[in-house]
Amino acid sequence: MSIDQNTASKVAKLARIKVEDEALPGLAAEFNTILDFIEQLNEVDVEGVDPMTSVTPQRLKRRDDVVTDGNQADKVLSNAPDAREGFFAVPKVME
Amino acid sequence: MSDLNKLGLAEARDALRKGDTTSVELTEACLSAIDKADVLNAFVHKTPEIALERAAAADARLKQGDAPAMCGLPIGIKDLFCTKGVASQAASKILEGFVPEYESTVSQQLADNGAVMLGKLNMDEFAMGSSNETSTYGNAVSPWRRGNDDAALTPGGSSGGSAAAVAADLCLAATGTDTGGSIRQPAAFTGTVGIKPTYGRCSRWGVVAFASSLDQAGPMTKSVRDAAIMLEAMSGHDPKDSTSADLAVPNFEAMLTGDIRGKKIGIPKEYHMEGMPAEIEKLWSEGTAMLKAAGAQIVDISLPHTKYALPAYYVIAPAEASSNLARYDGVRYGNRATLEAGDGITEMYEKTRAQGFGDEVKRRVMVGTYVLSAGFYDAYYNRARRVRSLIKQDFENVFAAGIDAILTPATPSAAFGLGEMSDADPVAMYLLDVFTVTVNLAGLPGIALPAGVDSQGLPLGLQLIGRPWEEGDLLNTAYALEQSTGFVAKPGKWW
Repeated sequence: MSIDQNTASKVAKLARIKVEDEALPGLAAEFNTILDFIEQLNEVDVEGVDPMTSVTPQRLKRRDDVVTDGNQADKVLSNAPDAREGFFAVPKVME
Repeated sequence: MSDLNKLGLAEARDALRKGDTTSVELTEACLSAIDKADVLNAFVHKTPEIALERAAAADARLKQGDAPAMCGLPIGIKDLFCTKGVASQAASKILEGFVPEYESTVSQQLADNGAVMLGKLNMDEFAMGSSNETSTYGNAVSPWRRGNDDAALTPGGSSGGSAAAVAADLCLAATGTDTGGSIRQPAAFTGTVGIKPTYGRCSRWGVVAFASSLDQAGPMTKSVRDAAIMLEAMSGHDPKDSTSADLAVPNFEAMLTGDIRGKKIGIPKEYHMEGMPAEIEKLWSEGTAMLKAAGAQIVDISLPHTKYALPAYYVIAPAEASSNLARYDGVRYGNRATLEAGDGITEMYEKTRAQGFGDEVKRRVMVGTYVLSAGFYDAYYNRARRVRSLIKQDFENVFAAGIDAILTPATPSAAFGLGEMSDADPVAMYLLDVFTVTVNLAGLPGIALPAGVDSQGLPLGLQLIGRPWEEGDLLNTAYALEQSTGFVAKPGKWW
């Protein structure tokens, strides 16, 4: 499996990371180096083996479905690059 | 007492209890050492006011006579841990200016135990790296040098600042985190001790997430005893982390008897890597002989899927990272890129992440995005998770056969020079974690401890891998090995 510039561009788009066109060939080459390395996994016989879901065989703990926290909008917003009137502010989402 | 910063946790604890020194004196000694060591770039956010305030409180608590083990002991905290009111940016530009409103469970437990935070420690960006060269703060520098050569060496990564600070006696101990070897590899490179506990032993709450199924916090210290003391303070169930184990935390220090007679130590044949330096092979066989001389039984074992651990890791870790790092969107915290007129929300995301993430982080986020994308999920991600099951099974098989611990080298080489790997492809750097990454994939405890020096005088480490939840037994085996190696080398002070 080899990654071309178009695929590299598509992946960058999916990851929401802007990559300039001139950087795409280098990026595609790096992906290919890493994917070549990962391809070794195809040598392994995984027939009948379940994918690991949890590394420790324990059931996730559950807690009561009750409100335990809240009413701290100021703290939640304190690190926002742009917060106005108790909300996170972002550029226009729809035309 | 002089050179208080050179003490370990156990010595300092005992000195405090005897009244030979105070926490304020210990803390001042460390703060002064830190200020003289800016060239190491280990402490990237210093917190002297917090440190002195906590030290005074610790002294008061010590006077009352019911102080916990870590009370009054000055330590450094890796920048990956969120610390309330103190910059915590995971060494990333994207979190520049982020000041958490909350404290990570691990750093809170240490504070509750009376530990004194000296500041935040350098690391690779989002803990992605093996040499501390991907940090937005610049490289951390090892206090060690090759003989008389003044070339700057890596302290390892990702917990490079923690390792450099402990090795250079800027603090008594430090926190680290380990996703593929990020505690054990830097410990080996700097002649310090680092333990990654069983997955679930320490709460991950408030620790900036890299790969959630692999990340664990652990201590980086000057001795095995210190590691036992600090691990106990960091461990325990936390309702805020559903993967943290609801198991009693033993008194690890009390388990350090040094008696390992009859223990079965496995030597995995697959860890004899092609091209491994003779010095590493020699160190490993000497370590094996020492454990045997201490009464352990040495058993040759096989972990047949070892070779596939790194490729599986480089699917699973980037996949989880791409998901975890999706939260850095320029909306809720950290940096937002400056936008041009007409830019909408997609441009904001794309520019913010392009400017805020470094190259290695971008690379891993995009690889993770690719292996999780439609059409490749089964071929890459699910296959890697199957291989992960097989790797864990390898360990389960040898433990079921009666093996108590496994001895391996910690790293395939000694520390290299900063910049020496810059022309290598990303995979060459990944290979540095070849002996450590299996342990994360299987969720096991692993400890690295110094066992000798190479021909250039640089420290080399061995790794012991234990059964799940049996850190106490593992620490005791490491303690026995530590007594046999008698490692005392320290870097000559040049900074």
